[in-house]
This record gives sequence, C-alpha cells and structure tokens, in this order.
Amino acid sequence: MGQIEWAMWANEQALASGLILITGGIVATAGRFTQWYFGAYSIAAGVLICLLEYPRGKRKKGSTMERCGQKYLTTVVKLFGPLTRNYYVRAVLHFLLSVPAGFLLATILGTVCLVIASVIYLLAAIRGEQWTPIEPKPKERPQVGGTIKQPPTNPPPRPPAEVRKKPSVEEEEAATAGGPQVNPIPVTDEVV
Amino acid sequence: MGNWLANHWLSVLFLVSWLGLNIFLFVYAFLNYEKSDKYFYTREILGTALAFARASALCLNFNSMVILLPVCRNLLSFLRGTCSFCNRTLRKPLDHNLIFHKLVAYMICVFTAIHVVAHLFNFERYSRSQQAMDGSLASVLSNLAHEKEGDSWLNPIHSPNTTVMYATFTSVAGLTGVIATTALVLMVTSAVEFIRRNYFELFWYTHHLFIVYIICLGIHGLGGIVRGQTEESIGESHPNNCSNSFREWDKYEWSCRRPHFVGHPPESWKWIVAPIALYIFERILRFYRSQQKVVITKVVMHPSKVLELQMRKRGFSMEVGQYIFVNCPSISFLEWHPFTLTSAPEEEFFSIHIRAAGDWTENLIRTFERQHSPLPRIEVDGPFGTVSEDVFQYEVAVLVGAGIGVTPFASILKSIWYKFQRADNKLKTQKIYFYWICRETGAFAWFNNLLNSLEQEMEELGKMDFLNYRLFLTGWDSNIAGHAALNFDKATDVLTGLKQKTSFGRPMWDNEFSRIAAAHPKSVVGVFLCGPRTLAKSLRRCCQRYSSLDPRKVQFYFNKETF
Repeated sequence: MGQIEWAMWANEQALASGLILITGGIVATAGRFTQWYFGAYSIAAGVLICLLEYPRGKRKKGSTMERCGQKYLTTVVKLFGPLTRNYYVRAVLHFLLSVPAGFLLATILGTVCLVIASVIYLLAAIRGEQWTPIEPKPKERPQVGGTIKQPPTNPPPRPPAEVRKKPSVEEEEAATAGGPQVNPIPVTDEVV
Repeated sequence: MGNWLANHWLSVLFLVSWLGLNIFLFVYAFLNYEKSDKYFYTREILGTALAFARASALCLNFNSMVILLPVCRNLLSFLRGTCSFCNRTLRKPLDHNLIFHKLVAYMICVFTAIHVVAHLFNFERYSRSQQAMDGSLASVLSNLAHEKEGDSWLNPIHSPNTTVMYATFTSVAGLTGVIATTALVLMVTSAVEFIRRNYFELFWYTHHLFIVYIICLGIHGLGGIVRGQTEESIGESHPNNCSNSFREWDKYEWSCRRPHFVGHPPESWKWIVAPIALYIFERILRFYRSQQKVVITKVVMHPSKVLELQMRKRGFSMEVGQYIFVNCPSISFLEWHPFTLTSAPEEEFFSIHIRAAGDWTENLIRTFERQHSPLPRIEVDGPFGTVSEDVFQYEVAVLVGAGIGVTPFASILKSIWYKFQRADNKLKTQKIYFYWICRETGAFAWFNNLLNSLEQEMEELGKMDFLNYRLFLTGWDSNIAGHAALNFDKATDVLTGLKQKTSFGRPMWDNEFSRIAAAHPKSVVGVFLCGPRTLAKSLRRCCQRYSSLDPRKVQFYFNKETF
C-alpha cells in the first residue's frame, strides 16, 4: 500500500460527491421540499467542488491521464497557488462545504460522501502529497542550424582544441601584435 | 459488420436478453404499483413516485443477483470446460465476464439514482400529508391510528413533529439505504480505470465493500414500509366504492370501513441468496485450489527487473494465451494478481514473467532476489481466460503485439514452434509474420532472448523463413538512430543482437499488408492483435482494404483478442 497516492482517490470521491450534491440539490429545489434552500446551496457547493476537482493532479511516478478538456480549469485552479496545492486546505474546505448540506435528507448522501473525501484528503496531506498541475509539454521545435557551431577561426594546420582553448591575456596580446596568422605551435619549414 | 456479428452473436443475444429483462421487470412493477387497487390509497399520498421507486427496486434486486455471477471465475472455467465440445464462438462470451460485470454495475448505479430520488419524493410527501391539516384523503390516511387496530397504518411518519431525517435514520430501510449507497459510491470511485490500473491494491480492498452492500440490501426491506391494503379490507371496502366517502368511514352505519394496510415483506433476499451461496462456494474453491502445492522449478532474473518464475503444479494444464492469479502469502495475505502465462502447453512447466510495476510486484522481486533465504511459498489459481486456438488454424498468421501485449505471444510463438517441430497436423500455419511494437526493449529483453533462441533453432532446422518478425521501437531519439546508421553493415542488430534489424517508429501497415498479400495471393491470413484500440482500428481497416473481393484470393481476418 506504500505507493498509493490517496489524493487520486480522494479526487475521484470528491468529484462524485459534487455530482451527488448537485443531483440532491436539484431534487430538493425542484420539488420545493421543506427547507429547500439547503438544496439550492447544495447545487452551488456541488458546482464549486466539481470545478475544483475536475483537473486531475499529476502523479508522482509515471504518466497521468488527463480528463477531457481539463487544461482550461487547470489554469484557473493553478492561480490560487497554495490554497489549491495544499491538501490540508482541501480537506478542511470539503468538510466545511459538506456541513450545510447535512441538514437536508435529499443532500445528506452528498454530505457523507464529501466527508469521506475530506478524510482521504487529510490522509493524503499527512503523507505529504501535493497537487501539481499537468503542464502541456512545450513542443520541441527542431532548431535549424542550432548545432552548427562557429566555423574554426584558424586556417589549417590547426592544433587540437585543447591547445586552442585557453587564450590568456599574453597570448591575445601577442596575437594582436602579430600578423594575420600566428601559429601557437612553432612551425618549422623543412625544405629538403 | 457481418463478420463481427457472426463472431459475436451469442454475446449480443445475451446482452439483449439482459436489457430486455430489465425493461420488462421495470415496466411490470411500474404498472403493478401504478394501477393496482391494492396501492390505491398509497398512491393517494405518494403519486407516481411510488411506482418509480418500486420498479427500480425490482431491477436493483435483479441486477444485484446478476452482478455476483460473472466474478465466479472458477465456476465459469468449469462451465467452459464442460462445454468443450461446444463451438468456440459459444464459449467466447465467458471470457468477457468482466465487461458484463461492469455493465451491470453501471445499471445498478442508474437504478440506485432513480430509486433514491423517488424515495426522497416519497418521504417528503409522507411528511407533508402527515402535517396537512386540510382534512384531505391524504391527511386522513396518514392519521390512521397505529394503536387501535394493531399494525394497520399507512404513513410511516407517525407524528407531525417527526422530520424526514429522523424517520430515515431510525428506520431499517433508511439507514441500510444510506449505508448501502455510500458503499456503492466508494466502490465505484475506487474502481474507475485510472485508479484500478495505477493503484490496484486500493481497488481490490475497497471493492470488498460489496459485502456491506449485499448485507444492507438483504435487510433493507425488513421494516415493511411499503404498504398496501389487505385483501380482506379490499373485499370489505373497495377503494373504488369507498375512497370518495372517506369522511364517513368512522360512522357506524356507513358501509365502508377504514382500510387496513399491511407491509410488503422483504423480497431482496430471495433474489440474492443463490448468487451469495455460489460466490461463497467460489471463494472456498479458490482457497482449496490455492492450497495445492506449487513447486518453483526455476527462478530467472532478467534485465530491467523482470522476474521469471517457472513452476509446476499437480493437475495443471494450460492453453496458449491464458493467465493465472498468483498470491504470495509472505508479501500480502489477501492479494491475488493476474499474470499472463508465457510458457507453451508443450513444456513441462508453466512460467510467468513479472515486471516491477507496483508495490506487490516490487516486493515479490525483492524477495526472490535474496540469494540465501528459502524461496517464498506461491499460490496459484487458474488458468483462466481465452484460449487462442484460432491462431493455429490459419495458413498465414500475422501476429501484432504492442508493448506489454507481447506477453501472450511468447506462449503462442513457443507453442507454434513446438507444433511445427513435431509436425503436428493440427497446425495449419505455414508462415508467421510477427510485429513487435514497443517504446524500448528494456523490460522485454527476455522476449528478445526468446526470439534469439527461436532464430537459432530455425537456422538449425533450415527453416529460416517460417518466422518473419520485425521489431519496431517507437521511443527512439537521434542518438539511437545515429548508432543504427553507423552499424548498418553489421549482420546482427546493434540494439537487440537479433539477425532481424530493428526498425524505428511505427509500422506502415499499408506497406506490410500489400507485401503479405503479394507474397500469399491465395491464402487465408489471420491477423491477431494484443494492443491498444487505435491500433485495432487501423489493422481492421487494412484487413478490409487488402482482402481481395474474390473469395478464392487472399483474405485477411482480423481477431482482436483480449488476452
């Protein structure tokens, strides 16, 4: 059980709870049940929870399947920074959101499921998990001519790179002082 | 389309019957509660929500009965074995048991939603009619005394001060309903594909909440809250005659008496008792089979942390492409994990290759890596799964394995080779084209070795052209390509050491199919895939495109097997 990321399950559970809250809320509001205003609250809470939980976070290891069209919500959720990244905040938020819905029978199932989601988020937070957004990978455009390095500055015969590498101040002075071509290694012309 | 239907007609028939039964039961119960006189007075308070709740309840009973059956894998294997004389098409639906299990689960979720919503309306209406002071029929019915004539009340909410919340949580039906639905929600959220594939243990343990669901379902109807008029009372004061004169019921001289009601006895248990018994028997059977001794004959550590276990078990007989469930009590007492068998039936042992892909597998590999401790005990259940005998029936076979889908082909290739060596006349195959597509060969280096040894054996027998395989690496970069380009002239491939050169990227199926069609103009070619759905689509398209219109010329038949 060591590798389980509880936040992933909490996310699914919270999303399901949001939907259940919305459904219960619609039933209570449409049927004008007693204390139906709790139903209206529950619809609003359910929508908020669904929007918050829809973008799936990135798994620690391996690739993560994105939910369809989640990148728009990811940008919004990312804006809240630590409020959405931290799972303690989410656990407390879900618990608080679930309380008013617990007063109405039509939405109490949503409350129970959301409280369970909140507990799982608490467990995830204790284990140090965090919500990381799934970023689209920047497309690597092939750099035209990027690997073409500078053409050699010295005409042949060229000494190996190690010798050419360190231009100290004296050599530069000598180079500038000399003519158009300065041979770092003395060249002997052997005429036979 | 016609070809698909011919192969799957039994599955289609089965699904249509199941859907049909659902519709029939729903409509039957709906009409019963909506029209019958017994519930006339109940409908007076509740309206149509009563019929919806009861109809969905009947369907829930039916589906809860059905859902336990597809997971009794030993019993299904027994069925498959008993029907071995049956045509393979008849046995195929047994291999799609898990798909059916999921469909039934979705149906349970739908009916649960209908049932819960309908009962929310029912409770609300009961509450309102209890509190109503307008002297309507509904309020009179609600106030029918509880103490006078014993148990003949109609409205379960006994006093105007009782809230629906209180009534729900103090009744057996309400409490078990909430608990069962919560268990159902937890089971569904932990069983979505994302969780199941990546955190299998979480799914496996949470799914055992079905025990809570079944128990709650069994005792859900104990309270007898659904009430209808008794036979005696209908005979005495029929609602058609008496409903309008409800203000006069109590008057002594009036012909109509107060109606008497009786609760509906619980019937869920009648539906689920048989599948529960079968399932308990199945678990006992699994336990018994797991106690049979498994002897590990060989342990091989392959590169990239792949463990091969070769085992023997008394009375174990397998076919190609099957899988087994493995349990290692020293790692986890309760977990059973499925693995495809990679050995051929002709070998004296059976083997599995285990990749490190999670907690349990990593623990297992680590346990076997320890050189000086005794081998842990392994329990095996199986074999289960589809039998791919079809592979041997085609003159030319095109086998495509993508990624981990290559594992069943280890068994198939070995088996084909054994049959070919012994000149088994059941083997019609003369030529195999094998396409192996994977991102990188790392975790499948053992399969590499298998191909290597097959290559050598074929060379010895002088039958180099029996197996024609191509490996496609889709996860290549410029380094690998550069290497390959440099070593172009070498006889063996630089990456795999095989005689056949590795190709990079994905295969161009059009080229491959036209090549095969040209090489075998008069044969029937069977195409077998174990891989992703997108690949299945393109292969199916190619099969249709390259099958000649003339039935005597080359024909491609596509088989997507879920191994």
